[in-house]
Amino acid sequence: MGIYTELFTTFSKIGGFTLGGGYAMVPIMEKEIVDKKQWLTHEEFIDILVVAQSTPGLFAIDMASHIGYKFKGIKGGIVSALGVAGPSIIAILLIAMFFQTFKDNIYVEKFFMGVRPCVVALILAPCFNMAKSAKINWYNAWIPVVCALLICAFGVSPIWCIVAAGVGGYAYGKLKVKN
Amino acid sequence: MVFLKLFIVFSKIGIFNFGGGYAMLSLIQNEVVYKNHWLTVSEFTDIVAVSQSTPGPIGINCATYAGYTAVINEGYPEWMAVLGAIIASLSIIWLPFILMILVSKALLKHSKSRGVQSVFSALRPAIVGLLVSAAIMLMSEENFGNPKESTFVFIVSILIFLFSFFGTRKFKIHPILMILLCGLAGLIIY
Repeated sequence: MGIYTELFTTFSKIGGFTLGGGYAMVPIMEKEIVDKKQWLTHEEFIDILVVAQSTPGLFAIDMASHIGYKFKGIKGGIVSALGVAGPSIIAILLIAMFFQTFKDNIYVEKFFMGVRPCVVALILAPCFNMAKSAKINWYNAWIPVVCALLICAFGVSPIWCIVAAGVGGYAYGKLKVKN
Repeated sequence: MVFLKLFIVFSKIGIFNFGGGYAMLSLIQNEVVYKNHWLTVSEFTDIVAVSQSTPGPIGINCATYAGYTAVINEGYPEWMAVLGAIIASLSIIWLPFILMILVSKALLKHSKSRGVQSVFSALRPAIVGLLVSAAIMLMSEENFGNPKESTFVFIVSILIFLFSFFGTRKFKIHPILMILLCGLAGLIIY
């Protein structure tokens, strides 16, 4: 299988099985790209998460285009982005054309009542491994805690957390060099 | 004409969207429902419901559905509506895509520099906080059921949550398999 086919099929698999979008995609992506294909290390994966979160656009598309680009340049980026978007475009088109009553279907609803709590767990589960790859220790553990608090309790946009962490990290780095 | 408008509107939505998925919904609603009258409020709500129960990023789901419906509502035949759906979906992608490629390029070039390293040393822990907060905010009535109104659903949801959590962490079950298992469990139990 050529690398382009591999990129495309891997990303359509990720796009096709992500229900709920955005963060729900992270555990599946990590499993496929880091654990199975070993295209990236855990650390590189987190770096891409950071970049995807701090640039505009759809999270999934950002992730896919960066990973594709890293491998095969612009062509790789396009193939990966289309791969991740493809299943969702086709699914919605079919629904719009044929199944106007899809969302009222009782079996669909039952299926999703089971899936929803699972997706929440799937998002939470990789956080612990990520904490390790992100080198969280007693000195910087306050960063994720404060970020989560600000977002959940005070409704602060995640963007501001990213900006603050970036500026803070840069300043701290400069300070350390001086001393 | 409607095609050009779809292209402009969804390109705009794509580039002004920070923070993904749900943050995008209000932006889409404003453009598609109030400004351009392509969809009614209830049609829009339908799209959100459908988007949540179909695979893929919510922004693309919305764009596809809105593109299709907008063209149909203008009185064009179905094949043109399909074209409209594809145009809307690609429009939402292309600008962020170019931007992301530029960022990737810069990042890959400078990833070893001291400045970039110290920025990322703080960003990496922060993104873990972001993910945790996303999970916490999804622990809602819509996803788990109301403990008072539907105790049964709530308890089953908690069990599914624990099963999925330990299943993926301890037993390394693939997330896709996990989603299918939990969906089947929902079909059987409810």
